[in-house]
Amino acid sequence: MKLRDLSELAARNLREAILRNSLTTLGVAVGVASLVAMLSLGVGLQTLASDRLTKSGLFDAVFVTSRRDFRGPGGDGPPRKSSTPPEKFKPLDEEARQHFAALPNVVDVYPQIRFLTDVRYAGNSYSTNVLGVPESSRATSAFDSITGKYFSSPTAEEAILQQDFAKELSPQPSTLVGQEITLRYAERRAVSSDEISKEPDIDKQLDEMMSGGISIVSREKKLRIAGVIESDPSAGIGGFGGGRVFLPIRVAEQLHAAQANDVQDFVRGGGSAKPTYAALTIRVKNPKNVLQVEDAIKKLGFNAFSLLDAARSLRLVFTVFDLFLGLFGSLALTVASLGIINTLVMAILERRREIGVLKALGATDGDVKNLFFAEAGAMGLLGGLLGVTFGWLIGRALTFGTTIYLRSQDLPAVKISYVPWWLAASAILFAIVVSLAAGLYPAARAAKLNPVEALRYE
Amino acid sequence: MPPTQTLIQAEHVSRDYRLGETVIRAVNDLSLDICSGEFLALLGSSGSGKSTLLNLMAGLDRPTSGAINVRGQNLAALDSQGLARYRRETVGMVFQSFNLLPRMTLEENVELPLRLAEMDRAERSRRVVQALERVRLGERRKHRPSELSGGEQQRGALARALVNQPRILFADEPTGNLDSTTGEQILLLLREIQDTLGMTIIMVTHERPLAERFANRIAILSDGKLVDHFAVQTGVRA
Repeated sequence: MKLRDLSELAARNLREAILRNSLTTLGVAVGVASLVAMLSLGVGLQTLASDRLTKSGLFDAVFVTSRRDFRGPGGDGPPRKSSTPPEKFKPLDEEARQHFAALPNVVDVYPQIRFLTDVRYAGNSYSTNVLGVPESSRATSAFDSITGKYFSSPTAEEAILQQDFAKELSPQPSTLVGQEITLRYAERRAVSSDEISKEPDIDKQLDEMMSGGISIVSREKKLRIAGVIESDPSAGIGGFGGGRVFLPIRVAEQLHAAQANDVQDFVRGGGSAKPTYAALTIRVKNPKNVLQVEDAIKKLGFNAFSLLDAARSLRLVFTVFDLFLGLFGSLALTVASLGIINTLVMAILERRREIGVLKALGATDGDVKNLFFAEAGAMGLLGGLLGVTFGWLIGRALTFGTTIYLRSQDLPAVKISYVPWWLAASAILFAIVVSLAAGLYPAARAAKLNPVEALRYE
Repeated sequence: MPPTQTLIQAEHVSRDYRLGETVIRAVNDLSLDICSGEFLALLGSSGSGKSTLLNLMAGLDRPTSGAINVRGQNLAALDSQGLARYRRETVGMVFQSFNLLPRMTLEENVELPLRLAEMDRAERSRRVVQALERVRLGERRKHRPSELSGGEQQRGALARALVNQPRILFADEPTGNLDSTTGEQILLLLREIQDTLGMTIIMVTHERPLAERFANRIAILSDGKLVDHFAVQTGVRA
């Protein structure tokens, strides 16, 4: 029988016992809905965690230090023993930074610029830490809940204040947006041998020679307050923890503010006119590029590490979580498939005579089997479509309920359930496959009916 | 139309049924030749094996032993696919209880064998109209079986049996559920079909007067055996 004729006959048969077939289809729909709801919850939570982690900037970053400075993450612990003499270590300087920026899949390379400063506002002076933040931080969650705006450009002479610090400046931090502050900081300045020789004061000339060619000069910089952030931005590798005043990193770099490693450089090597970085953070396009970039940097002779292993463990946890959710969801679909078997076996009993007539008119065993398969498949398809809709609605309801609860706890709303297209398509396909499998036995039984006995059936 | 060459040849056909430990021989070593264009009535009392023989010749059942050759082809040697094709292309069937599918209209019932034969839709429609007009039910094609009288249902079943233009029409007690007048009308229709289309008709009945009036030949069965067969000279007459 042609497919179109088969479909028409199947549809007619399904319409005939509409109540029973609808209830069976509803059973499939409930099974699919539970599967979709469970998995959408798993996918939603995974997406949520993954988004948060990606936005935290922890998993798409490689942290680089010079081998000379390496003591492990955060600089804690005893220094590593190495056979390489200190002068052989590659300096983490501008040249190295350019080299890293040219590596494939690297989005941004920025130093951790962190220095002490005096902030002057309304005639008062406040001592605090300044931190340079890269342009790529705009995409992270660190500045999600900002009052005011993020920096208007990567070179804007603007600052963002941390709320606790802002409260020291004004009891109403939001009024600070648009106001001006002045930073007082120590600038590290390179002094050439020409400049030293031209110094008329012999004592100063001696000091400059002793200082190894660098000098520290007090400077001031006026900045407009662009915004205030409520929570402390993420700390950790590549994060922006510890700062209370944030500047665009390019502005912070132009200040040439003296940092802790300048002193270290001076003590170790007697100082140098060429500045080095304490550490560089490399942001890559995608967390999956981290390993490759990490390896490339290690080959260049620097220390590099990332939190990718932690992300891998998280993926493992979520995969197991999804597997269990899927198994529980599938249980409902298994029960629904028993409903299909029951409905079709009942249909064979009721339509025994009809099967006999079909065979007497020349239907093959295959025609009869295909008819029952088509009916089972149609119930699966309809049940699958309905189930995906129900599952999506359940997910929406869960997200809605969670949002209400989170808001009552003064927390931002999150989307905990997510039905991607592949989940919807797979669920419908799965429903059809399960329904066809459930139709196997009834269809085979119907096909094997002896036409003479079937025609005799009253 | 006078019968010509042998169309169906039953050779030592037996059909056994098992009921628990008991074996019942419904057809017992029966041999019979049926000619092309013949109207044969299988006559016998209840349980004589006439319906079983009809089912064997119609390809609905297989003999336990013996052979049934239709145009030289042994039905017992065909697989289920081959038998289905034989029923679809060579045979039309009419039953005592009509067996129209209740959820389909008359038109859809008549169309069913053509759907199974995978005929294209335009040709299907033409054949359905033709078959329904032949049994004078053209006006009732949109009705469901429950909306038709017994005689109309049997005429509808006849249209369904004719629609695929079979060579042989098997009728199992076609008047069994009808009053005598309606039954006669059905048999007149069968005779008309035999005369105009040259179709071979094999009918099971237990009503001897009807058989003698409409058939060309009568075969009498008793306990699964052919006890007599003879030509009917008077033939029909309406």
